[in-house]
Amino acid sequence: MKLTKSQVQHISDLAKLNLSDEEIAKFQKQLSSILEYVELLNEVDTAGVEPTAQTTGLKNVYQEDKPQKEECLTQQEVLKNATETENGFIKTKAVFG
Amino acid sequence: MLHLMNLCDLTITEAHEGLKHKKFSSRELTLSCLKRIEEVEDDLNAFITVTAEGALTKADEVDQKIAVGEEISPLAGIPMAIKDIFCTKDIETTAGSNILKGFIPPYDATVIKKFKAQNVVIIGKTNCDAFAHGSSGENSDFGPTKNPYDLERVPGGSSSGSAAAVASGESVFAIGTDTGGSTRLPAGFCNLVGLKPTYGRVSRYGVIAMASSLDSPGPIAKTVTDCAFVTQAMAGHDPLDSTTPDVPVPDYVGRDGACPVSTEKIKIGVPKEYFQEGIEPDVEKLVKRAIQKFEELGAKAVEISLPHTKYGVATYALTCHSEVSSNLARYDGIRFGHQRGSFGDEAKRRIMLGTFALSSGYYDQYYQKAQKVRTLIKRDFDEAFKKVDVIVTPTSPGVLFKLGEKIDDPLKMYLSDIFMVSVNLAGIPALNLPCGFVKTSGKKLPVGMQIIGPQFSESLLFRVGRGYEQSS
Repeated sequence: MKLTKSQVQHISDLAKLNLSDEEIAKFQKQLSSILEYVELLNEVDTAGVEPTAQTTGLKNVYQEDKPQKEECLTQQEVLKNATETENGFIKTKAVFG
Repeated sequence: MLHLMNLCDLTITEAHEGLKHKKFSSRELTLSCLKRIEEVEDDLNAFITVTAEGALTKADEVDQKIAVGEEISPLAGIPMAIKDIFCTKDIETTAGSNILKGFIPPYDATVIKKFKAQNVVIIGKTNCDAFAHGSSGENSDFGPTKNPYDLERVPGGSSSGSAAAVASGESVFAIGTDTGGSTRLPAGFCNLVGLKPTYGRVSRYGVIAMASSLDSPGPIAKTVTDCAFVTQAMAGHDPLDSTTPDVPVPDYVGRDGACPVSTEKIKIGVPKEYFQEGIEPDVEKLVKRAIQKFEELGAKAVEISLPHTKYGVATYALTCHSEVSSNLARYDGIRFGHQRGSFGDEAKRRIMLGTFALSSGYYDQYYQKAQKVRTLIKRDFDEAFKKVDVIVTPTSPGVLFKLGEKIDDPLKMYLSDIFMVSVNLAGIPALNLPCGFVKTSGKKLPVGMQIIGPQFSESLLFRVGRGYEQSS
């Protein structure tokens, strides 16, 4: 399947990748060729076949709704890698205006 | 007479014996690895971080335990290299990507905790394709790793550094992750034994996620028994990873200190689709010779068919890249890591492909379709294992390729994994075993074969592998 420039731009927006025009052109070509290759799957008759999302067969694995003391991190540890912090909070751009 | 400077070339078995019987110390063993790193690391670029100080501190601790007569576990005091995709507390963890440059995890991955409980000596974090996206090591944001057997060729990826480190003696053993062949392929290209365990056999907690339904952490080591020791340490149900079934971990090595052997009466499936066009004749010859060797050891080779083999790469690409696009969404450059512009090309490519395949209007045609073909690929193996015990295939269709040979053609690179990916899609285990060399322009290039088994059959793979290893 051949992707248009605007489709590639749309994907880039969805994925928050901020691609340059040059990158959009490059990826347009490469992605189109990969998508063309995966069309191979249209040869396979999958009528009535259930999809496989995971192979363990596990369902509904629960745990106690209690904090695991050994796994808890301190506020300091959690903030250690944040780009910007203020008063013990992670700082980011305002969402509303 | 054991030369102290070559202690790094010992196997885990030999190192453990030596430490137990005080033939040398853990410090001497660790120094040997550090010396080797000094000698070859500029050529290989296998490590992103070498933790010399921490390693020697740990080595001294273990030497103390040995001095007071404490019993030590098989891996105690032995240098280990860790693919930089496992979170190690207070040690920089980058996943080979500029996105996580400078990231210091505040916690250990479960498997790292397990290794620490065994008192291993962590020698460093190894180079890998960024976020494990790659089959050659060339997608690392920290420069490619070279193959110790030929510095102009790739060591395989994405666990490139782990394989190169063990093959060159920079570390006695290592761990990697295998999502589409990333432990088996580098093991194959570097003449090592590498295991992709059953999906869910080893905890993924603290392992930087690539594709959550495929990622399988596992060992890269010099022998089958070494691999078994490492798997023993890593395997097991983890309440912190809800995709690890509560299946007991058998004793892989047993009381004799070496894996038992099973080759007699074992039925070996030889899938015809893995020996068709596209495979290099030298590789085919070596793998077929290995199968003959199995027959001499009492096994029986049976031709089988895995009819959906040719759809493996396409199914894998859609499944994996979709999960990648989801897993890499967490890199917001706010809570940790750098801005999303720091992603390398391959990461961007995979995120884009995955985002597209999951997007409205295309989800059924691409992602959902791939999941259905995945069911058929898994069924191929289920059917085959009704007739045979294990399946043997080449690990790679060709010998290790040269740096730069495939990097400009993403699709060509994906096709290097053609014998690898179906195993990940089916969630079953597979062991890479060295089976010879191809001699070319004065170099000996390692060739590996893959032994595949049903879910949770790691014991069988080790026993069959040991049988071959012992006889070759």
